[in-house]
Amino acid sequence: MSTSSALPKCVTETLLELSDDRLVLGHRLSEWCGHGPIIEEDIAMANIALDLIGHATNGLTLVAAEMGDGVTADSLAFFRTDREYRNLIITEQPNGDFANTMVRQFLFDAYSVPLLQALSEISVHSCEPLAGWAAKCHKEDLYHLRHSSQWVLRLGDGTAESKGFAQDSLNNLWRFAGEMLSPSAALTELFKQAPTRLAEIATQWRKTVAAVCAEATLTVPTDPSRFVVGGRIGQHSEHLGHLLAEMQSLPRSQPNAQW
Amino acid sequence: MDDDSKSVWKLLESVPDPEVPAISIVDLGIIRDVSIIAGIVTITITPTYSGCPAMHMIEESIRTALYSEGFEQVQIKTVLSPAWTTDWMSPAAKERLREFGIAPPQQTSAELLLQIGSGKLSTRPAISCPYCRSTNTKLQSEFGPTACKALYTCNGCLQPFEYFKPH
Repeated sequence: MSTSSALPKCVTETLLELSDDRLVLGHRLSEWCGHGPIIEEDIAMANIALDLIGHATNGLTLVAAEMGDGVTADSLAFFRTDREYRNLIITEQPNGDFANTMVRQFLFDAYSVPLLQALSEISVHSCEPLAGWAAKCHKEDLYHLRHSSQWVLRLGDGTAESKGFAQDSLNNLWRFAGEMLSPSAALTELFKQAPTRLAEIATQWRKTVAAVCAEATLTVPTDPSRFVVGGRIGQHSEHLGHLLAEMQSLPRSQPNAQW
Repeated sequence: MDDDSKSVWKLLESVPDPEVPAISIVDLGIIRDVSIIAGIVTITITPTYSGCPAMHMIEESIRTALYSEGFEQVQIKTVLSPAWTTDWMSPAAKERLREFGIAPPQQTSAELLLQIGSGKLSTRPAISCPYCRSTNTKLQSEFGPTACKALYTCNGCLQPFEYFKPH
């Protein structure tokens, strides 16, 4: 373990959680490469994946520097097990059809944008690396939100068939919204002095989702009696294990390879 | 600024962006600082887009340029803050982009934030064609061959062109 920590624990944990979100979601989007319904969307999803993986790389690099002991962004990405990953469960869900991928993306983007805005505004000196990281991610996520919102609009307010696909996806993915609405222990600690600011993120998410769904003529699902939660503490759906097996297979088979 | 630092900045002005050779990495605002202490040159850079794969090539190009001029000890430091923005692009750089056939950013990052934040999903500013300057242009693809550019077609002169997105 490193002998001196420059960053508060809640900062490192938040960086780890949010970087894991992006690495897993980036990986999912990269699965579309070469299989997009039209070339513009193949390019879009690849570019968004690249942005997200870039965010994860930057975030995990900060975490690794904090942990010391020879830990690198790569060792965090490729040699942790699913129990050690802290991503939201929605990010590891399979892509399914294009509508499902766009709805999943929209729900995530609607959460990311206000969250990153709030993180980038933290002016406490010890949190500066997190604020800097968040500001950069926020700028790129704005384009993601525009893209995913426009697709929810086109699919929802499209044909009866496209509306059916979009509504089904929204209904199926809603159970994972809870994790975005109730912050992790690390995030709660980070906003200890400003809990209302944290609560605003969930409010903004509900507002954005309601507004876009209304314009898309989609019905916002009712909250289940119990949301699916646990990602932030390493309790994942069955999908993450398979995803990591694929993502980590090359470095694990050649652990000492130098790139 | 001492002579050595000045000559390093001058050198860096000759390092083009690998994807957009019409402009240099200094034009783009990627170089944030140059410092020389005890013979070690430290270049501080900031990435344009987080996942930009050209950044690795840019680092290589910086080292090559410096080594070729006899600067043997080079360190490259990356900072994320302040976040890179197209607002840092000079008017001269924008004109060079246009000459190269790439429409330069036509909004500031603040204007972009306002527009996306407004929730009016379909409104976009009309982008002017770098060839014929017409604003009768059509978006083909939000994202292009690089993270920073979108693809447009001009209905006026019928030429396709890339648009450097405000960031």
